[in-house]
Amino acid sequence: MGAITTAHYLALSAALLLIGTIGVLTRRNIVIILMSIELILNAVNINLIAFSHYWQQVNGQIFAIFVITDAVAEAAVGLGILIALFRNKETVLADEVDLLKW
Amino acid sequence: MAIQGDRPTMTDAVFFYLFSALVLGGAIFTVTRRNAVHSAISLIVSLIGVAGLYLLQQAEFLFAVQIVLYVGGIMVLFLFVIMLVNLDQAAKERQFNRQRWIALLCVAAVGAEISYFMRKGASTFEFAKTAVSSAPAVGNTEQVADVLFKQYLLPFEIASVLLLVAVVGSVVMAKKRI
Repeated sequence: MGAITTAHYLALSAALLLIGTIGVLTRRNIVIILMSIELILNAVNINLIAFSHYWQQVNGQIFAIFVITDAVAEAAVGLGILIALFRNKETVLADEVDLLKW
Repeated sequence: MAIQGDRPTMTDAVFFYLFSALVLGGAIFTVTRRNAVHSAISLIVSLIGVAGLYLLQQAEFLFAVQIVLYVGGIMVLFLFVIMLVNLDQAAKERQFNRQRWIALLCVAAVGAEISYFMRKGASTFEFAKTAVSSAPAVGNTEQVADVLFKQYLLPFEIASVLLLVAVVGSVVMAKKRI
C-alpha cells in the first residue's frame, strides 16, 4: 500500500457522488432520495476537506460547515414536505406525485 | 503534534482503506435496500466513515460536527419520519423507477468523464503527491473559529437566517392546519 494522496480522496469522493446520483435518479421512495442527497453533499465535503488539507488552509473546512448547514436545512424542509405529502396523498413514491403533470 | 510529521504512511493507508470501505459499502447499501430503516442504518455507517476521513485529514472540528449533527441530528430526524410515515406499502412495491437504465447510463458517462479528467489532471496539478502535514501552531478548532468569525462573518450570519427559514418552513409544512 502506497502513501495516500489527495487524488485518492478525490477518487473516493467521485465514487460517493456517483452512488448518490444513482440513488436520486433511480429510487422511487422519497425518503431514500433524500438520503441519497445527503450522500452527494458528503462527497462534496470530502473533496473540500481534501483540498483544505492539501493547501494547509482552513477555508475549505469553513465551506464544509456551510454545506452541512445547507444539508440540515434541506433535510428538515424535505421531510416536512414529505409529511404534508403523505397526509394528502397517502404515498411516498416519487413517480406517483404527478399533480402538476398533464 | 511534532510526531505527526513522521507518522508511518502505512497506518494512514490502512485507516484510509478501512474508512473508504465503510463509506462506499454504506452508500451502496443505502441506495439498494428495500426497507427504509435498513437504508438509514447504512447511511449512518457511511457518515461515520466520512467522519473518520475528516479525522485522518486533521479536521478534528468537522469530525465532531459530523458525528453530532449528521449521526445525532439528521439521522434521528430521518428515523422519526420513517416512523411517522407508513412505509410498509412502499416496501412491497417496485423500488426503482422506469428511467433507471437511462439514469445508470448517464451516471456511467459522468463517471467516465470524471475519471478521464482526474487521470489527466493528476500529472498537471500535482495533487497526486502526498499532502505535507506540518504541525500547526494552534489547534484546528481555534483556526476554524478565527477564519469563521473574522473572514466569513457575514456568510455565517446569513446561514443562521437560512436555518431560521428552514425551521419556520418545516413547521408550516408539517402542520395540519395553519
